Amino acid sequence: MAKAKKSAEKKSSQSDSQSSGKSKKISNSKVTLSVEDAKRLYREMVLIRRFEEKAGQLYGMGLIGGFCHLYIGQEAVATGVKAVQQPQDTVVTAYRNHGHVLLYGVDAKDVMSELTGREAGCSRGKGGSMHMFGQADGFYGGHGIVGAQVSLGTGLGFAHKYNNDNGVCIAYMGDGAADQGQVAESYNMASLWKLPVLYIIENNQYSMGTSTKRHAAGEFYCRGEGFNVPGEQVDGMDVEAVMAATEQALSFVRDGNGPYILEINTYRYRGHSMSDPAKYRTKDEVSSFKDGRDPITKMKNILINDLNVKEEDVKAIDKEIKGIVNEAAQFAQDAPEPDDSELWTDVLVPVEENA
Amino acid sequence: MPIEVLMPALSPTMTEGTLAKWLKSEGDSVEAGDVIAEIETDKATMEVEAVDEGVIGKIIVSEGTENVAVNSAIAILLEDGESEDAIDDMKSSSSNENKQSEDNASQDEPSETVQKQDHQVSQPEGAVVENRDVLYAKGEVFEPPMFDEASFMNDTVNQTVRESLRDAMSEEMRADERVFLLGEEVAEYNGAYKVSQGMLDEFGDKRVVDSPITEHGFAGLGVGAAMAGLRPIIEFMSMDFAMQAIDQIINSAAKTLYMAGGKLGCPIVFRGQNGAPGKVAAQHSQCFASWYGHVPGLKVVAPWSGADAKGLMKAAIRDPNPVVVLEHELMYGQSFDVPASDEFVLPIGKAKIEREGHDVTITAFSIMVGKALEAAERLAEEGISAEVINLRTIRPLDRHTIIESVKKTNRIVSVEEGWPYAGIGSEIAALVQEHAFDYLDAPIGRVHAADVPMPYAANLEALATPQVEDIIEKVKKTVA
Repeated sequence: MAKAKKSAEKKSSQSDSQSSGKSKKISNSKVTLSVEDAKRLYREMVLIRRFEEKAGQLYGMGLIGGFCHLYIGQEAVATGVKAVQQPQDTVVTAYRNHGHVLLYGVDAKDVMSELTGREAGCSRGKGGSMHMFGQADGFYGGHGIVGAQVSLGTGLGFAHKYNNDNGVCIAYMGDGAADQGQVAESYNMASLWKLPVLYIIENNQYSMGTSTKRHAAGEFYCRGEGFNVPGEQVDGMDVEAVMAATEQALSFVRDGNGPYILEINTYRYRGHSMSDPAKYRTKDEVSSFKDGRDPITKMKNILINDLNVKEEDVKAIDKEIKGIVNEAAQFAQDAPEPDDSELWTDVLVPVEENA
Repeated sequence: MPIEVLMPALSPTMTEGTLAKWLKSEGDSVEAGDVIAEIETDKATMEVEAVDEGVIGKIIVSEGTENVAVNSAIAILLEDGESEDAIDDMKSSSSNENKQSEDNASQDEPSETVQKQDHQVSQPEGAVVENRDVLYAKGEVFEPPMFDEASFMNDTVNQTVRESLRDAMSEEMRADERVFLLGEEVAEYNGAYKVSQGMLDEFGDKRVVDSPITEHGFAGLGVGAAMAGLRPIIEFMSMDFAMQAIDQIINSAAKTLYMAGGKLGCPIVFRGQNGAPGKVAAQHSQCFASWYGHVPGLKVVAPWSGADAKGLMKAAIRDPNPVVVLEHELMYGQSFDVPASDEFVLPIGKAKIEREGHDVTITAFSIMVGKALEAAERLAEEGISAEVINLRTIRPLDRHTIIESVKKTNRIVSVEEGWPYAGIGSEIAALVQEHAFDYLDAPIGRVHAADVPMPYAANLEALATPQVEDIIEKVKKTVA
């Protein structure tokens, strides 16, 4: 049966579990995709994949320094979430943020230039891989301290409520960050004050090199229960499942019911960062995701088999993306570094005295 | 156009490695992301992935080859439909290709660099004060503009420091809907030290928010709200507890503007009781002036009088940067004449000479200003004329006022309630030797807490905390 046509299950009613603060094991809903939607999703995921591969390549050439955490394998998560959020919503995430910042409207050239440390970079060459900014579409940054962005997102949610703007903050964290104490503190405050925050745990199964089995007791999606924050698990290798679950969760939060937790199970194909050869897991494990559950392959099949899009139309997207990424890589190598005087700017916002 | 597959680096320091194994052969088709080879160094093994789809046209470096230089071509990838002849063509045309890409880049560049996103942080119009710590780093001691404080003293009310702080916050909250107060016991309890007395009644629980005891979380919440454009005042019952939250204060609040290249700011106030309020021992008595003063991206103020409290608190709330306000419990109940005007806003970064003198300069902040003034009074009886500078701001420090005073008195004693090591006195000593070395007639004196955790027993506590007698003794040594 064509996946894209399984619309009947959409919004299988706001489940009772939500209002009672209980968590449910897995979300099974699907969304209906138009050809245009499906093409856009495919394009966005391919952009992230090819961009990250190119970033890895530039890293290998010594053009990108420091830590460089790639999003390869996890594309369906941010792409699916972005697809169903509303314009007034805000987003904050941690250091594995290249994919997010691309989705939220920052040009690939500016993201790649940030990686190579150039003036044209989206943080003007001062943030690097882990600290990407650019307020386009409500994106409040990649933050480098594991877990800190969860409290920041709770504050963005506080501001939505304070300003009564009907917005929701989507606060991402990895499974490693989910163990931080301030995450529990955030669940408590957000639930207590009914803040519009959707907490998304991108569970890629590893906190750096430590598997969830070795770092996490219990289930992530159940961790809000003590605070009356409902949660559920979602298949993060399936962009439609991510969209369906996020859409439901967002409307629950937007309706004033307080926060919600989505544990989106995904997998990073590469190591934690570029310098991680990932010896703590087997090749079979990696290929079970990469070869069997890849979200981009899945979307390509939907386009061609279910939506009858011609293969050359899909290839045209691939080609377009290849052009964008190659252009970004070239731009990021040619663009000038920040002027030396930039060392001293942006420490403080200047103020008027005797105003 | 054939594509060269380059030897990647596992880390920025790697220069060469071993091509351990080819997983694809010449003629094999690959998709972007397919693992095509494995490389190793003495530290690690890593997979090489294809960056494009195509057919492996040629393997240049065979498996088992050691000392392969990073960035050298290890294979050639042919695009769909290309034959191996293209490999030869590639060499002859590569110079053209490079030229073309340079042309493209130079065309793209101007349009891209002007396409800057608007800074979300509010930028003032008109004359602005330069970042004086930056100027200082470049060797310049900034002279802060004059501030006509006397004109505000024509219309004053006599009130406690506690009331002055409350009035400052309330006035700013009346004027700006974005300002809110959040912390432990700030609302229904009226403040653990009754600083926010009556504010819940006036502003309601949307803007005066009792938080759980969850410093790390609510500090981060405040920073996030500030990034979204609100103007939070985050109260820590004691600055000792803010250590639970210091990551958010420093890593998130102070550094984000810089990391974001100016695109995201954090207008927030962190305030609370700082220093030794008496009989509460080591975990409730620390002075954090030098801790926060150490951090670029933060402003730090430490009021002493009621006017200090009102004027600096209002300045902190209006400032578009993160500001730490260090209050002192023992000052909360003391009364001063305080300007009544809603527009009494002290400039951050300007010290006040509380008492003029010509024999020695004494710098102090917070509660120690009162002790320094008392010491100066008693020293005057012995014929020693001490100039007392109330620093008011810890960062950016008013270096100009200190240096000019030393040029006049030729002697200086720094007084603080914190520990000596890397303290505010250390910073002042460095400043004076850098900029007024030739004016000094005596070594720089420092009065500070004993270099031990604060003891509980009354006699030990008195020994650990700077007393008026300690200041007098240090000054006498300096002028001897």
